[in-house]
Amino acid sequence: MNPLLTPTAAVDIDTRWQQIAPDLPAEKVLFSDVIPGGCHWSWMLPRGTTLRLVAQDAGANLSVVLYNARQKLERYNMPDSLKAQHTAHYSRGHVLMSDMGCAMASITADSLGWHDPLGLLLDAPRMRAKYGEHGYQQYRNGMYRSGRDGLLIEIGKYGLTRRDLVAPVNFFSKVSVDAEGRFAYHPHHARAGDHVDLRLDMDVIVAVSAAPHPLDPRQDYAPAAVGLTAWRSGPARQDDFCRGFRPECARALHNTDMQYLA
Amino acid sequence: MTATAIRIRESALDPAKAMYSATLPAGEPWLHEVKQGQTLRIVDLEGNQAADILFYNRHDTDEHYSVTDTILHQGGIYLTTGSVLMSSEGRPMLTIVADTCGRHDTLGGACAAESNTVRYALHKKYMHSCRDNYLLAIQHSDSGLTKADLVPNINFFMNVPVTADGQLKFDDGVSGPGKYVELRAEMDLWVLVSNCPQLNNPCNAYNPTPVQFLIWG
Repeated sequence: MNPLLTPTAAVDIDTRWQQIAPDLPAEKVLFSDVIPGGCHWSWMLPRGTTLRLVAQDAGANLSVVLYNARQKLERYNMPDSLKAQHTAHYSRGHVLMSDMGCAMASITADSLGWHDPLGLLLDAPRMRAKYGEHGYQQYRNGMYRSGRDGLLIEIGKYGLTRRDLVAPVNFFSKVSVDAEGRFAYHPHHARAGDHVDLRLDMDVIVAVSAAPHPLDPRQDYAPAAVGLTAWRSGPARQDDFCRGFRPECARALHNTDMQYLA
Repeated sequence: MTATAIRIRESALDPAKAMYSATLPAGEPWLHEVKQGQTLRIVDLEGNQAADILFYNRHDTDEHYSVTDTILHQGGIYLTTGSVLMSSEGRPMLTIVADTCGRHDTLGGACAAESNTVRYALHKKYMHSCRDNYLLAIQHSDSGLTKADLVPNINFFMNVPVTADGQLKFDDGVSGPGKYVELRAEMDLWVLVSNCPQLNNPCNAYNPTPVQFLIWG
């Protein structure tokens, strides 16, 4: 048994991968965690790792930003990713691209068919106006947390500042746009158990916040938890689905491969 | 919430009374200061040009134009008369006070050598790009701006519709010769422009052309 997956009296290793991703072979699992609704975290992870993200309840939202761990000036770029793939939603086959024309992560599995790439993020003033004051003094760790502040905390751990905060991908959320450009938020999109596999195509810093989507119309602050299991998938093979999805994806993955010449 | 349908409004300002006027040839950068209360007009002189523009707080360049704050604030993705361009700190930077084009893009971003390799072919990387313009302008300036500040920009006069089923399209421009957009600065600003040199898609009708900037005090 992998000692990194086996709790001891001293080290309370998370074993929830067995519920989050029961189909994954144990020898490929690296670690698991469950991000409580509203909370935030970050990891520095190597190319060839896949993150299985699983909504633990209906209405989940997970805001994700990516930075190249070797060169933090290279970061996820919403417009470059969307225009390259002529898309305003993400699903299996889509590639999250950097401002340097490289694949940072690819969606290799998806139960939902639509994740929101438009990058809207709940900030503290909007959160207070919508949900009221709910600070630490009174509520301790039940305090409300905003997506923007959560991501600022996480990227700050790597020396990145507010000017470095990019528009995130909002996994599990769906926002469509009408003919006049107006947003429509789809409130019953993700359900408990919905999942997406995000393969990391380069060494990345990945920061996440499970705070509510700013267009979520629910009056109460009750964001769902999101389960996460990291597993060793290996980098994209030549017959990879995302490589074949669009020629733009193939070229972005090629550009990343060029960063990993032996 | 502001609807983002096309709203045409003409300006009463007289170009002869502008305190500043400059014509920027196709494919060139421009970095300029605009002060709070001044009005900036951008003129699409020959039609269907894309003017890729970013705005920064002149006194704190960490505060920049934010596409996500702007489209969240107005509840939709297109810019037109009445749209308020919001900063990354959630503050108004500029307000569109006149617009004879009626629709401007927030999602298409700026072209770069690197993104050209992805979108078209690896060998396109030596073609001129908006990112090169941005980097050249800030490298030659004392603005303190760096690559990290090159966030998603506005493409004035460019039409990038999103369909109800989540596709992003690059449509023919809704602009035409002489159409303009006018913005009132709500804070002191740096204005960073690339007059887009892209030749691989119809954003400039395959024929990049000059744009004009006018400023009234």
